[in-house]
Amino acid sequence: MKITILAFGIAKEIFNSSSVELHVEEGSTVAILKNELETIYPQIKKLSSYLIAVNNEYAEDDIVLRSTDETAIIPPVSGG
Amino acid sequence: MVDIKIESEPLDVTGCTGKVEDVTCGGMSIFIGTVRNATNGKKVVRLDYECYQSMALKEMRKIAADAMQRWDIQNILIHHRVGTLHIGDVAVVIAVNAPHRDAAFDACRYAIDTLKKTVPIWKKEVFEDGEEWVSAHA
Repeated sequence: MKITILAFGIAKEIFNSSSVELHVEEGSTVAILKNELETIYPQIKKLSSYLIAVNNEYAEDDIVLRSTDETAIIPPVSGG
Repeated sequence: MVDIKIESEPLDVTGCTGKVEDVTCGGMSIFIGTVRNATNGKKVVRLDYECYQSMALKEMRKIAADAMQRWDIQNILIHHRVGTLHIGDVAVVIAVNAPHRDAAFDACRYAIDTLKKTVPIWKKEVFEDGEEWVSAHA
């Protein structure tokens, strides 16, 4: 299935785009998505940390993704 | 009352405090976050803020709801600015009022500390000789 990942801040610069599309197996989890992203964009591994958000909520590694979800990569936040 | 906003226009501090005024309250605690002129001795030219708006608003609402639940406060306002900010510009305003000051101070402190940890807003510091996304790398 196709997953669109929104990107912000430094992640947008790493992807060179405000979103990327990835193909993953049906039933893939957040952990699998992170692995894919790290393989394609190794610079992600250099971040001090990052999280995946699914439908506007921080998502644990075992959450199963659906193609209809709004998925985003959240690099370390720095508001305020 | 909870008032949450992300704006690209300059924040109006007086307008913010006016919104939380309440005759049942004996004190208002206000945090105003502004753009500093230097980081680690390097002169800052400007800050570029961006956010994941839908999620940022959701996380800001969670902070307000948590604060309302944990402390005896009457109103909480959290406004954050995004876009390009210059030295001295106001990036964030948090105003909390409560019948008694302890709750107002504690809830205000909680709100800014949590916002910095959980709300998906990012700032890039632009220096005279380069730029850097804050906290991105260890």
